[in-house]
Amino acid sequence: MIRRNIQLNQQGRLRHFLTIEGLKRQTLVDILDTAESLSGVTDQTVKKVPLLRGKTIVNLFFEASTRTRTTFELAAKRLSADVLNLNIAASATKKGETLLDTLHNLQAMHCDMFVVRHADSGAAHFIANHVAPHVSVVNAGDGSHAHPTQAMLDMFTIRRVKGDFYPLKVAIVGDVMHSRVARSQIHALTTLGVTEVRVIGPKTLMPKGVEALGVHVYHDLDEGLKDVDVIIMLRLQNERMEGELLPSAHEYFQLYGLTQERLDKAKPDAIVMHPGPINRGVEIESSIADGPRSVILQQVTHGIAVRMAVMSTCLGSHADGGAA
Amino acid sequence: MTQTVDIDKLLNDLSQQLRSHLSDNDIKAPLMIGIHSGGVWVAERLHQLLQLKDPLGHLDISFYRDDFSRIGMNPQVKPSHLPFSVDDRHIILVDDVLYTGRTIRAALNEIFDYGRPASVSLAVLIDRGRRELPIEANFSGLKMDLARGENIKLQGPKPLSLLIANKACK
Amino acid sequence: MRILIKNGRVIDPANNIDKVTNIYIADGKISAVANALDDFTAEQVIDASGQLVCPGLVDLSARLREPGFEHKATIASETRAAAAAGITSLVMPPDTYPITDTPAVAKLIRKKAQDAGFAKVYSLGAATQNLRGENISEMAALKAAGCIGISNALTPIKNPLIMKRIMEYAATFDLTVFLFSEDPSLRHSGCVHEGAISTRLGLPGIPEAAETVAVARDLALIADTGVRAHFCRISTLKALQMISRAQFDGLPVSVDVAAHQLYLTDMDIGEFDSQCHVRPPLRDQRDKQGLREGVCKGSISVICSDHQPHEADAKLYPFRQTEAGISALETLLPLTLRLTEESNISLPDAIARVTTGPAMIAGIDAGTLSQGEEADIVIIDPEQYWKVCPENMLSRGHNTPFRDWELKGKAVHTLLAGKTVFKQP
Repeated sequence: MIRRNIQLNQQGRLRHFLTIEGLKRQTLVDILDTAESLSGVTDQTVKKVPLLRGKTIVNLFFEASTRTRTTFELAAKRLSADVLNLNIAASATKKGETLLDTLHNLQAMHCDMFVVRHADSGAAHFIANHVAPHVSVVNAGDGSHAHPTQAMLDMFTIRRVKGDFYPLKVAIVGDVMHSRVARSQIHALTTLGVTEVRVIGPKTLMPKGVEALGVHVYHDLDEGLKDVDVIIMLRLQNERMEGELLPSAHEYFQLYGLTQERLDKAKPDAIVMHPGPINRGVEIESSIADGPRSVILQQVTHGIAVRMAVMSTCLGSHADGGAA
Repeated sequence: MTQTVDIDKLLNDLSQQLRSHLSDNDIKAPLMIGIHSGGVWVAERLHQLLQLKDPLGHLDISFYRDDFSRIGMNPQVKPSHLPFSVDDRHIILVDDVLYTGRTIRAALNEIFDYGRPASVSLAVLIDRGRRELPIEANFSGLKMDLARGENIKLQGPKPLSLLIANKACK
Repeated sequence: MRILIKNGRVIDPANNIDKVTNIYIADGKISAVANALDDFTAEQVIDASGQLVCPGLVDLSARLREPGFEHKATIASETRAAAAAGITSLVMPPDTYPITDTPAVAKLIRKKAQDAGFAKVYSLGAATQNLRGENISEMAALKAAGCIGISNALTPIKNPLIMKRIMEYAATFDLTVFLFSEDPSLRHSGCVHEGAISTRLGLPGIPEAAETVAVARDLALIADTGVRAHFCRISTLKALQMISRAQFDGLPVSVDVAAHQLYLTDMDIGEFDSQCHVRPPLRDQRDKQGLREGVCKGSISVICSDHQPHEADAKLYPFRQTEAGISALETLLPLTLRLTEESNISLPDAIARVTTGPAMIAGIDAGTLSQGEEADIVIIDPEQYWKVCPENMLSRGHNTPFRDWELKGKAVHTLLAGKTVFKQP
């Protein structure tokens, strides 16, 4: 049974942005190039471009997140779109309206795009399967499955600093098991053709069969960082720091925290990234987070341009005539 | 088929027109902005010929086009680059071919998102008529009436040449 | 009424019959399976040329949703679908509402099935009161009310001592315990098989160990108590190997598999297809192959449908929030037949897995064409191709991952105690 990629429309254009998995390299490069043009917009005093004027974008956040929601909101507004913010606690939906009913009610208000964040993996796919034909869905994070816009802004940052993807060795460190960001980054890095992707962490935080995604697994941080060009530190959530997965934040930092000593094992021009928010002294030493090799703040700035690129690409897919 | 047009002569012509205009109106420091990509090549030459002091600006109007819903997103967009403030300045907007006028409408919208100029004058190498909007060039090198099926394109940047083609014959 | 079914290929694994011959029925019972019978004038003649004539299928696990879940389906609707699918006897797990832990519920189910008249329905009694896993239920009363065994449905018995007591008490009355073995702590909040697929999809996984740990524990307790036990819906090769070894060592254990586990793996979940949300979860290729071999070799003596019809809403959520289960009555027969083409199993053996195999575990008089037995018979057209169209399913539940599959083999005529309960128009 051949399944068509739900993210692409009949003409093969990117209609939904749900996961990096299954997308062609050129599609990702096009988004990065578009973001590059749009970043000029955010750098200037020019506040907006009229690209999505008259379109309504709904931020459908079932999981609270001020930071991601505000970047999506800013991105939409910079494209001159109208923005609707809906924070729906997942439990309220379960007790009252079903997810589908919420969706149908919103659709009756003629929205053009849903930016969805949900605690369940597959939620964005579910919504994309039930929206009207002219509507696009962007995944702002679903369970542990994917956070594709975050991965794209990370790739954008890497491309800006390092230029070429091919020769790079990239290490992703931390709680890969529960990280949707890590999964999306792995797909993006392998699709863009980096030399090697490594995942580093204790066995309790390493998902089963992760090698199948095209990565090398390390449990020793010093070994794993040897010769690496890009280090991506993942956030360790509070509830995971003590219990059946890890004994303490203290031991975690001892083994997997990024210190200057460890950073020296990587290439001398290696960069340090983190999707944020940072737990200083747990994943990463403060001096490194604030140091010269860290591009963490740049990641944040790039978030807006990348999301503008994703939104305009998806809404532009509904074009009815001519080729891109 | 390439129709031989003496581009250097056109450029000289245009620069003369502009020189007169600037002196007549006592405009000492005009800002020149070229529209990607043909307009930029023309603007570069004019900028040189007129020996303008301020750097040349370039505009990519992709984000201001009126046909986004018909053609969607083009990833090959070069960022616009205006290395100056447009407020209270006299702008000379430059493009290679003036046709329906929609490109100029988009360019004006974009310029006005950057600030409020004192004036905007339009200089084009070729005016091929058949306007769809009430927009005219202040200065033009050559006027010609081309049918809808015919296409004229500036090729460059070195050397600059004009290619007139009939869409029917390829 | 005297009925003659003539010229069909009669397959009765229990009696080692596989030949073209006739079946003579009188007063709802099988008079003979022979080429001719003296003094028999048939009032109804059914020509089964080119078709298979088998005992009506026995489905060891079908949730008919009554009492308690009538918004999903009813005994009437599901037994009607069962008859059209060639199934004449069904066994219902005890997780009805109220739970089948009292004779009243067991009798109610039986009566409803009799009133509908499409198929025979047997109940499994709950092993513990309210399926809470604490107090054992009134097993003797349940047996007297017709329960063919006791079961913990899908709720784990966390306390091994309680499991031991359940087994001892059941053994007292010669009741078979039907076990769904899954360790709840290892299962945790999982909803798919723990492996490369769950990692890619970011869905919480159920490790293989959740089944093997529980099976190991239960095997030890079975050996200790000597109870007759049946493992329901095994999903891993490892657990099957443990059970096979126990069988070899002489332990009175049997095991069944749900038909879908022989055809689907976790890869079929694709992009979160909730039709593939089942419990136990779809495992990997290795498990699927191993289960098929178990069916072929006979260490797995039963294929059941594990029928769980749902209303449409139950599957319309992000994967983890959907209800597990497949509406599976109508695919049991063709999937069983297909095994003969894809695996190393003969047609009679495949038929045995859905007739005499389950009948023996359930301890019921069914699944055979023996003389004197009630004429529960299905006539099958083995060459009829049909496409699975959820909208056209007879069951109230249209939840199936086999949508658009082209299957071969369909029941064309089903008799229950000699009465026609389904005939293909």
